[in-house]
Amino acid sequence: MNTFLGLYNYWIVIVLMMTGFYIVIAQGNLIKKVVGLNIFQTSVIILYVSMGKVKDGAAPILTDGIEIYSNPLPHVLMLTAIVVGVATTALALALIVRIYEDYGSIEEDDIHKQDGSF
Amino acid sequence: MISDNLPALQVVLPLIAAPLCLIIHRPKLVWLFALFICLISLGISIELLSAVINTGPISYEMGDWAPPWGIEYRVDKISGFVLLIVSMIGAVVMLYAGKSIEHEIAPHKQTLFYSAYLLCLTGLLGIVITGDAFNIFVFLEISSLSTYTLVSLGKDRRALTAAFQYLIMGTLGATFILIGIGLMYMMTGTLNILDLAQRIPEVLETRTIRAAFAFLTVGICLKLALFPLHLWLPNSYAYAPSSASAFLSATATKVAIYVLLRFVFTIFGVTFAFEIMPMGTVLMLMAIPAILIGSTVAIFQQNIKRMLAYSSVAQIGYMILGISFASVTGLTSGILHLFNHALMKGGLFLALGGIAYHMGAARIEHFKGLGQIMPWTMAAIVVGGLSLIGVPLTVGFISKWYLVLAALEQGYWPIAVVVLVGSLLAVIYMWKLVEAAYFNNVEPSEVVVKEAPLQLLIPTWLLIGASIYFGINTDLTIGVAQQAAEMLMGAGQ
Amino acid sequence: MGILVVTGLSIVFIRDLFAVVILFGIYSLVSASFFVNLDAVDVALTEAAVGAGISTVLMLGTLALTSRREKKSSHGSTLPLMVVVVTGGALIYATLDMPYFSDPSDPIHHHVAPRYIQQSGEEIGVPNIVTSVLGSYRGFDTLGETVVIFAAGLGVLSLLGRFGKRPEIALPSPSMSHHLILRVIAKALIPLILLYGLYIQFHGDYGPGGGFQAGVIFAAAIILYAIIFSTESAQKVISPFVIHLLMSAGVLLFAGVGVVTMLLGGNFLGYNVLAHDPVHGQHYGILLIELGVGITVTSVMLSIFFDFSDRKRIRSIEEQ
Repeated sequence: MNTFLGLYNYWIVIVLMMTGFYIVIAQGNLIKKVVGLNIFQTSVIILYVSMGKVKDGAAPILTDGIEIYSNPLPHVLMLTAIVVGVATTALALALIVRIYEDYGSIEEDDIHKQDGSF
Repeated sequence: MISDNLPALQVVLPLIAAPLCLIIHRPKLVWLFALFICLISLGISIELLSAVINTGPISYEMGDWAPPWGIEYRVDKISGFVLLIVSMIGAVVMLYAGKSIEHEIAPHKQTLFYSAYLLCLTGLLGIVITGDAFNIFVFLEISSLSTYTLVSLGKDRRALTAAFQYLIMGTLGATFILIGIGLMYMMTGTLNILDLAQRIPEVLETRTIRAAFAFLTVGICLKLALFPLHLWLPNSYAYAPSSASAFLSATATKVAIYVLLRFVFTIFGVTFAFEIMPMGTVLMLMAIPAILIGSTVAIFQQNIKRMLAYSSVAQIGYMILGISFASVTGLTSGILHLFNHALMKGGLFLALGGIAYHMGAARIEHFKGLGQIMPWTMAAIVVGGLSLIGVPLTVGFISKWYLVLAALEQGYWPIAVVVLVGSLLAVIYMWKLVEAAYFNNVEPSEVVVKEAPLQLLIPTWLLIGASIYFGINTDLTIGVAQQAAEMLMGAGQ
Repeated sequence: MGILVVTGLSIVFIRDLFAVVILFGIYSLVSASFFVNLDAVDVALTEAAVGAGISTVLMLGTLALTSRREKKSSHGSTLPLMVVVVTGGALIYATLDMPYFSDPSDPIHHHVAPRYIQQSGEEIGVPNIVTSVLGSYRGFDTLGETVVIFAAGLGVLSLLGRFGKRPEIALPSPSMSHHLILRVIAKALIPLILLYGLYIQFHGDYGPGGGFQAGVIFAAAIILYAIIFSTESAQKVISPFVIHLLMSAGVLLFAGVGVVTMLLGGNFLGYNVLAHDPVHGQHYGILLIELGVGITVTSVMLSIFFDFSDRKRIRSIEEQ
């Protein structure tokens, strides 16, 4: 039971992660791939932030009278990761717009068909 | 004061230069400025490498915070060597880019190209020099995002799909690496590489660390395009602008291999990776098909840039094969090939760019009679090709020689045969070009093009010439590679 | 947590891309509120602004420029499913001897982190520990992050936008300015949003916030203006040329602080040398670099937004 409670949070994260991962590799629509990539990245962020939580801890802003804080380092790392995520998303979407202009489609199958085989 | 800050300047200089490009604005000036920055970068890396060889590793504390609390920059023999490779190729290709980009990219996008190029250089140098695992991820993303931009600037619309595919696979790879770093951090509470190396042995037996190891390996292999995770590579290299193909093929995958070496040897250690985990077998099982299939597919390509890209897949196989032996000789051959392959593949892509400069593309039919029309460019391709095959007196021979030695040392003679077969396949695909160029006479009236301009020829021959020089005078490269290999092998014990 | 799983799974099956994008926005917002539960207030603020805000807006913009329906995919889903199951299996296997969730004895809470918690008050003098670590201890990562944003702005600009002087072209951009109510509300709201952005920018030392979040909020205010009153009128307020200069200026300000510390005899980004008192030096340093981050983030977000919203016009220029 202890194992279950201690790890439950991580298991949910893994389910989310794999959902995102599945969307990226299995779906043929380019926009959906990008959404999947975002879900994948967000779940990694949840994983990191979960690591940083301390029971009964407070948000890591120094205040008088508080002794236990959650670990600030994962938060810092994940701020960076979120930024990297949105940067990648923006670039991916811009590529999709250009691909649509040149191919008239955002489906992987159609694009491969137009280019001959890959 | 300047000499104390060299490690920071190595990365910060191109980092500051990239946004300055947008302010300078005029493409010609931007190019001159970028070239200047690349040359200083090269100077710094030479200085750093010689300092490391003479006085030992250099550590630099970013923000004056001691590691592991702050981020550490650390130059040792292997990182110094890879820094040199990256900045050298960066400078030579930048010299080439001036003329080539003018021809390939619309005027209002040229400035953006140079800026992205400098960012990519920043990212690659940053990955190599840093001593902090998370910092690797950040700079990996800088280099990746600018790489996608560089690829997407290619003329063909397939450059767009290639860039997108690269983006998806590259981001998956980076996220896998991020998961791996997270799991390591979870078990040790630190992100500094040396600190990790010290603390990992205590928790080596846990499943979490094994999973971290697996995720890091898969993520990095995606980035370095190890078979069968190479699918993004051929199209990206084939449709990117010529100078971008040359720069990326000579540096990006090399840096990924460096990251693999760092994580596997420095952090996890040889014993864990190769005795507890089946790293050697797995790498070998991927490297051998990479060599054989990569070379075979290359034979059937009509687009010569794509042919060279598949040949890169095979060459990456050689490097990984060397690493998979986990012996000093094997590692030496791998590290040596990092340098050597950068020279020859960089030179070859530059030469192809010279052909595309006049022809608009470099397909096999464009090679007809080129032996007469573009003698210097074709000669460069022949020499580069000989090096790919591994003929004596070229750099390719040296790395293959060490690879075969390493294989025989451990009694793996079938592997030596694989290397030989790979070379034979390379003979076939290079012969196709030679045949088209020298054994097809063209009527003088049909000749509409001439030799590539000097500004393209000189950088091409700089790299090709270096690939002969370092094939004959091997003291420097083998010396450094061997010392780096010994250091890596000793690190985990 | 349950909501996250349900949202994630429904994205797999829904074919209407508009719904997919909206669901993704919800997913982001829910995870942001989950971060608050985990004490990560800064992360929550950022995720809400970025995931639910910027990413969703950009995805909707992409839908407007492409197509909304997803076609049925022809290739099988067995192989991807297998890959996912294997990867997931490896992760579950990894969790079995993982340190338990939120247990104070986890190794992660020992070694490096305690110093940040115990000494950042004295060494840096900023109550928000996340700001201290972000701005100073790991300031170089933050510089990298700013450069990543810059790289994205550069990439989108080269793909969709136009750098430098652009020929004038008379093609009206859509606006909603005929909606009286929207116009009045927006006029009242935009100054407030800008003010809030300033608050977040400079209050990051004490509460959650900082340059990145502020930049996004700032950009959001201008984007709102552009949506309601047309892109053109927004560009009259802040022209694309200025935006591109600001993109560079932010990065240069950040890196410039580092160069100055080097000139003053410290290491790169070692703020201690910026004033006689190291703690003051830290304070100045963090203030300046946060400003740099804010400038770059605002201008890159705007640049990206304008690149998307102006695409039709720019394309007609390119085709001429």
